[in-house]
Amino acid sequence: MSLMHRMGARALELGIPLSVQLDLTYRCNERCIHCYLDHEDHGEMETAEILGLLDQMAATGVFFLTISGGEIFMRRDLFEIVARARALGFSVKLKTNAVMVRAAKARQIAALGVDSVQVSLYSHDAVTHDEITKLPGSFKRTMEGVRFLHMAGVKVTLANVLMAQNADHYKQVQALADEMGVGYTVDATITPMMDGDRTIVSLNMDADRLSGVLRDTSLLGDQTDRVLSPPGGPTPLEEAYKTLPCSAGHTACYVSPYGDVFPCVQFPYKVGNVREQGFADIWRDSPQLNEVRAIRVSDLQGCSSCVHGSSCTRCPGLAYMEGNMLGPSIQDCEKSFARTGIPSNNLKQKKMRGIPLEIVG
Amino acid sequence: MTDSVYILRSPNVAARRIGDELMIMSAHDSSLFSLNETAAILWDAADGMTPLAEIVRRLILPVFDIEPAIALEDARSLALGLAERGILQLGDSPLVPRGDPV
Repeated sequence: MSLMHRMGARALELGIPLSVQLDLTYRCNERCIHCYLDHEDHGEMETAEILGLLDQMAATGVFFLTISGGEIFMRRDLFEIVARARALGFSVKLKTNAVMVRAAKARQIAALGVDSVQVSLYSHDAVTHDEITKLPGSFKRTMEGVRFLHMAGVKVTLANVLMAQNADHYKQVQALADEMGVGYTVDATITPMMDGDRTIVSLNMDADRLSGVLRDTSLLGDQTDRVLSPPGGPTPLEEAYKTLPCSAGHTACYVSPYGDVFPCVQFPYKVGNVREQGFADIWRDSPQLNEVRAIRVSDLQGCSSCVHGSSCTRCPGLAYMEGNMLGPSIQDCEKSFARTGIPSNNLKQKKMRGIPLEIVG
Repeated sequence: MTDSVYILRSPNVAARRIGDELMIMSAHDSSLFSLNETAAILWDAADGMTPLAEIVRRLILPVFDIEPAIALEDARSLALGLAERGILQLGDSPLVPRGDPV
């Protein structure tokens, strides 16, 4: 077992929220067509509230802190917050579009000992990128920001979210990352908005392209054999009684700019608010969080007996947004199908229901 | 290495106690370390101002049944190892923690 796995297992055993994503703002200088956020400010936490929250998180044992948004550089107090987080010993990862990152800011980030910065880039092609972000000139600014960060010695990863508009560009973005000496990660899922609106889900790429991305061995690395192997069958019952669906709510959670706490950024089931209760109290005692924690793979309706059961990447948050946190998530069923060509139980049922009735007569 | 050795926690690492283990992650290459009890004592005491010999005398000798000279030599060797991994900074005079860069 690697040290990272051992630490995760120990955190689970001790009930420690090892990883937290904290969104500082939902405001953004871009208006990405696939974004799941409402960019209006509905009362963000003030600097003192966030600094106090960081103190509480450190005391609760949080180690990995992802600071994200919205666009984090919309907060004038960003560096004050990051400096406090570093002083408290967090391993800090930043997520940004880098449009506002120039040389001085890049050097400040490097000086703060931030672990890494993830930068959203949609295409190697400026027109496509700018059409997705709806911010003219954003490609040029983002690329400059990435270079400034890289030159300052910051580890950078290009995060390439794919949808119908840019699904054919990922190879070139991957090559661009290699050429620049930075990391690359791909995300092939457009998720519903946090308020449940599913309109943007229609931006997802078609099944053939999805299959191509999910089966691309250059993206899978040492996971190739595991991911491309035939479905592993249902999780054995004895194991299913003990297996957790994912780390959300167990060793990880998400805090919104308004202090709302959720099991994960993709799991919009509110479990508390840090303006009303201490972070540790929410983490330990929230009835909603304990409800999520009680779920085992054996409880999943339809999934526990599915042929993809032991190899599926089912996201409980996506299932929740489809109406049932114990149920399957059609987007993950589609991914399992794209990887293996074998439909899940849920996908078969949905497709059967989707067949239009033939009107005779 | 001279008799006067000072140690300071590196500003480019993250650290947290998970149960009884002190976990350290280097921002340089994201490598993760678990410090043993002695290394954790050095980490906690590495304020850049207290000589290593003083740290050994005050914090290590009362805990471990070991000859003072051997304890100091072991601590030096351990501190050097931690410095090679970028976890500690070493100096032969007091080290000043880097100020808030903001």
